[in-house]
Amino acid sequence: MARIESEIGTPKGGFLKWIDDRFPLTKTMKKHATEYYASKNFNFWYVFGVLSMVVLVIQLLTGIFLTMNYKPSATEAFASVEYIMRDVELGWLIRYMHSTGASAFFIVVYLHMFRAMLYGSYKKPRELIWIIGMLIFLALMAEAFAGYLLPWGQMSYWGAQVIISLFGAIPVIGETLVEYIRGDYSISDITLNRFFALHVIALPMALVGLVFVHIVALHEVGSNNPDGVEIKDHKGPDGIPLDGIAFHPYHTSQDLVALIVFLMFFCGVVFFAPEMGGYFLEYANFDPADIRVTPEHIQPVWYFTPFYAMLRAVPDKLLGAMTMGAAVVLPMLLPWLDKSRVKSIRYRGWLYKSALAAFTVSFLVLGWLGTQPANGLNVLLARIFTALYFFFFLFMPYYTTIDKTKPVPDRVVWHG
Amino acid sequence: MIATLLSSLLLLAVADSFAAGDGAVKLKQADNDVSDTASLQRGARNFMNYCSGCHSAKYVRFNRMGRDLGLTEEQLIENLMFNAEVPHDTIQRTMTDEDAKRWFGKPPPDLSVTPRSRGIDYVFTFLQSFYVDPESPTGVDNVLLPGTSMPDVLWEMQGYQRAIFAEHESDEGIELVFERFEAVTEGNMSPIEFQTFVRDTVNFLDYMSEPAQLKRKAIGVWVLMFLVVFLVLSYMLKKQIWKDVS
Repeated sequence: MARIESEIGTPKGGFLKWIDDRFPLTKTMKKHATEYYASKNFNFWYVFGVLSMVVLVIQLLTGIFLTMNYKPSATEAFASVEYIMRDVELGWLIRYMHSTGASAFFIVVYLHMFRAMLYGSYKKPRELIWIIGMLIFLALMAEAFAGYLLPWGQMSYWGAQVIISLFGAIPVIGETLVEYIRGDYSISDITLNRFFALHVIALPMALVGLVFVHIVALHEVGSNNPDGVEIKDHKGPDGIPLDGIAFHPYHTSQDLVALIVFLMFFCGVVFFAPEMGGYFLEYANFDPADIRVTPEHIQPVWYFTPFYAMLRAVPDKLLGAMTMGAAVVLPMLLPWLDKSRVKSIRYRGWLYKSALAAFTVSFLVLGWLGTQPANGLNVLLARIFTALYFFFFLFMPYYTTIDKTKPVPDRVVWHG
Repeated sequence: MIATLLSSLLLLAVADSFAAGDGAVKLKQADNDVSDTASLQRGARNFMNYCSGCHSAKYVRFNRMGRDLGLTEEQLIENLMFNAEVPHDTIQRTMTDEDAKRWFGKPPPDLSVTPRSRGIDYVFTFLQSFYVDPESPTGVDNVLLPGTSMPDVLWEMQGYQRAIFAEHESDEGIELVFERFEAVTEGNMSPIEFQTFVRDTVNFLDYMSEPAQLKRKAIGVWVLMFLVVFLVLSYMLKKQIWKDVS
């Protein structure tokens, strides 16, 4: 017995050691959780990154169970959703979690992006994190758009019809491109099938991959904070940032509280108002898709309405589509448009503060206008606020240069 | 195809100058209560007797409905399953597709989820808004859905009514705006009885549109209560862990 031990060696450190010799488990845990240091003065705005991840997981899990019962076929799709709602055990819960999750995803992601604008999180050295984040946003929009066709209701059908037809405005290749996207001369079974493939395989894979890269990049550079100072500039003798605390257990325990508050809102909608007054589940989508009947009022789900309002604000179809595209892509340039020396809104001057306020109001008003009929005053308002939205970005290099900033403290502000 | 594309483009360009249901007719509040099982049972009876000849509810299974409404299989078979073989069948209409097309132009819509697209108040008001119109093939029209091909199946109970329209002058000429109804004949139910009859019926329609709603809120209360407890615990945990952060 003793001879055998001397030959193969006695195990030391147990199972974890065995794993660690073969896979960087403890190393990874340390790098990304127990020894990942982030500022101790994170506030309300800093919970939405974690919440986005939670919603992503909710969508992936509920999506798997929906896929088990859903049929991506023009003749069966609507009926299979009703089958899930009625005959599948707790199918209604899975479906409502998924439909509420779609809206929740955009709420937390919009707030997460707004946080970056409040505290300049996109500025050097975090430009790449921001770019990857914007790619996540694009993938999320595509994911939501593809997913919205699947219930095969009237709004699924006509919403997709309107948005896909926008590509037809592109000169020369437009019409061919539209047919290529649809795979048919109109939205049909074929379109539904390919959107299903995109929604359950291609785009989720892209999302998960991008989220992974987003976090790897974040943990390389380190998190920003509400003061926009680099905590790594002031390290203790142990090499740990003086204002930093370990992500686990400090931030995780804080995030847990935030998560439960979020879940209370989330479950409030799922169990008590799954349609959310027609904003999360549009009423017209309870009518099966019918190519012969155009709904009186076609509008996308609320999270697309700011961009939809911009599209309608421009009289020319091609220019409208380009405006909409530019509105989505332009924020990618923020790291280079923003010339300010300071990151956080706390130390910026009134110029940036007013600009950000105007931008925020524009986005909200456009979102509301996108749900309203585009007539008379609404069109005028949409044009004004579309202009404001773009001014925020286009004049940014100018007003952030001349803006009078306040001195930034060396260390983060912390009131224990 | 081109027509569909054009119409969607048109909708984009001028974008819905006409808002949904221009609000000419005020909807009555259905004020129904899906937790009222007796009302749902009466509604099921009404639906099977007056609606299911022409309208299917093809996602609704009899046995599930029986369970939710507290009915036994015998009760289902004897009283409600006119056109179904086994209790796990769904509610199909009696009328054939060819008959439907010959009589009404197109098959009457399936009513499984109608209240969720139109709203329960709409259905409640619609069923009470038929009026005598000699020019219509069915002898009646409906102020909520002018030109409807649906006959007034509830006339026996309600009695026939006449619609009074007011003339309003607008830029596009004279417009008829609905004002009120006037009874022409008396029904075999009093107005209050009839109102209850319709309320029971739409209550059942409301139930059918989302059977899960009967237990959804009850489960939700437990979920929220759990989360409140969990919130308190997690907050205490956070306080404990953060004690040494200075």
